[in-house]
Amino acid sequence: MDALDGNAIGGLLREIFGAEMTTASATCATCGSTGRVAETVVYLQAPGAVMRCRVCGAVLMVVVRRAETNCVDLSGLAALEPPLQPAVC
Amino acid sequence: MAGTAVRGRLTWQVATVGSLTDETSSVRTIELEVPDWAGHRAGQHLDVRLTAEDGYSAERSYSIASAPGEAVLITVERLDDGEVSPYLTEELRPGDEIEIRGPIGGYFVWDGTDPAPVLLVAGGSGVVPFRSMLRHRERAGAAAPVRLLYSARSLPDVIYRAELDKQPGGVEVVYTLTRQQPPDWTGHRGRVDAALLGEVAWPADQLPASYVCGPTPFVEAVASSLVSLGYPAGQVRTERYGGAGGT
Amino acid sequence: MMTAMSPISRGFHGRNREPAADASRIPPGQYATGDFPVLSAGPTPRTPLDKWSFSLRQAGETLRTWSWEEVQDLPAEDVTADIHCVTRWSKLDTRWRAVSIDTLLAQVDHQARFVLAFCDGGYTTNLPLADVTGGQGWLAYSYDGAPLQPEHGGPARLLVPHLYFWKSAKWVRGLDLLAADEPGFWERYGYHNYGDPWREQRYAGD
Repeated sequence: MDALDGNAIGGLLREIFGAEMTTASATCATCGSTGRVAETVVYLQAPGAVMRCRVCGAVLMVVVRRAETNCVDLSGLAALEPPLQPAVC
Repeated sequence: MAGTAVRGRLTWQVATVGSLTDETSSVRTIELEVPDWAGHRAGQHLDVRLTAEDGYSAERSYSIASAPGEAVLITVERLDDGEVSPYLTEELRPGDEIEIRGPIGGYFVWDGTDPAPVLLVAGGSGVVPFRSMLRHRERAGAAAPVRLLYSARSLPDVIYRAELDKQPGGVEVVYTLTRQQPPDWTGHRGRVDAALLGEVAWPADQLPASYVCGPTPFVEAVASSLVSLGYPAGQVRTERYGGAGGT
Repeated sequence: MMTAMSPISRGFHGRNREPAADASRIPPGQYATGDFPVLSAGPTPRTPLDKWSFSLRQAGETLRTWSWEEVQDLPAEDVTADIHCVTRWSKLDTRWRAVSIDTLLAQVDHQARFVLAFCDGGYTTNLPLADVTGGQGWLAYSYDGAPLQPEHGGPARLLVPHLYFWKSAKWVRGLDLLAADEPGFWERYGYHNYGDPWREQRYAGD
């Protein structure tokens, strides 16, 4: 029963935010650390998608899907900053 | 058209299954005909959604195995207690329709424009996005030297083996077989560890780009070893796959 | 946004279904499975038994704590129950060995009308007192004749099978005895405050 990472909810986040979010910067409201959404710890084997801080384990974001609606809770994030332009590698 | 692959809302669309190719006894590559496919970048994935007659639906993500510009291919490993993968690898037939959403991803991608050496470390089916990157490298004529370190249980479990054994100069493929090796095997044995990475990985002072993909424990052990070899954590890109108990 | 109906995926049935199950035991919108899927919102805690305890708390005070050995010494029951997960699977005739919550509550004086179960890893879930008492709730430490595995909530989990299984909190370490109701983890994120599978109370407002 392993956790995944933010890559696994890339499609869900595109649906919610209308933008590519895996390279967005996420700041944890509990411990203050910042990392890329792709590198957060994600649990999908649950009644919702749970994104946790890789450093302290606190919940950053929860998405519960009911019918055609996504209920999004972002209260665990102090900041979520999408990149201004798509990252090029 | 590549711009729409990154901007704008994604929606589910219906894809038709084309050819099916068995890669190993538990791995199958599925060709998908997607009417409004906007193109993709090497390393991206797509989401698949299956719907049962009573409305129950399940979604999973699969890395795109083909290069930008090629027909869309995904490669799926059958997980014994999986919910979706047994269907995709055993039941699905050419002509069937499935819903897909994609391409997705802006982090675990490689466009080939940077000449820095590239290290790819794959655990099992984690090799799938790397096939896309290697084929893209060849099609685009990219110059970056690439090393792929590929960990598989046994030689018959190596996906894309014929292709990987025929890579052009500039691409080195190193296998390690963790459970079973052929009698005349002279390659590496056992799990990818710090020692093996120390041998295979580009020296950190060459400022390589690195990508690690596979089951979560594999990715975390490898990423941690790369960091201890001097790779800045920000330069090690990771993509974790669910294993048993998940899909 | 208008969406067309999703095409049916020919031959797709989802998890290992048991079509022969008695339909009268399957709540609306559920299907019976032979599997026991593992769901979790976080990493699996691994509390050693010598560090484990179960507590009843009220108004910031611990009323009573039991160590693992003390729980093992309490009268236990064999419980057979159908369980129903909000993610649509149901599993019939699951077998547990468990201590009734009535047994635990009998040892304290309390004025609770609600409980909030708290767990290793931070998970919580809330229930009316009336739903964990009267022989409806247990502290379960054995499943199917063996010690409860960590992935399924071991060393011990709450077992309240008449409600959706997210209320049967895994890795439970105690109950806060409350005068007023307080939503737990999934209840805060959009799931139903009560969760009766027979009235299909999955989401808030259902």
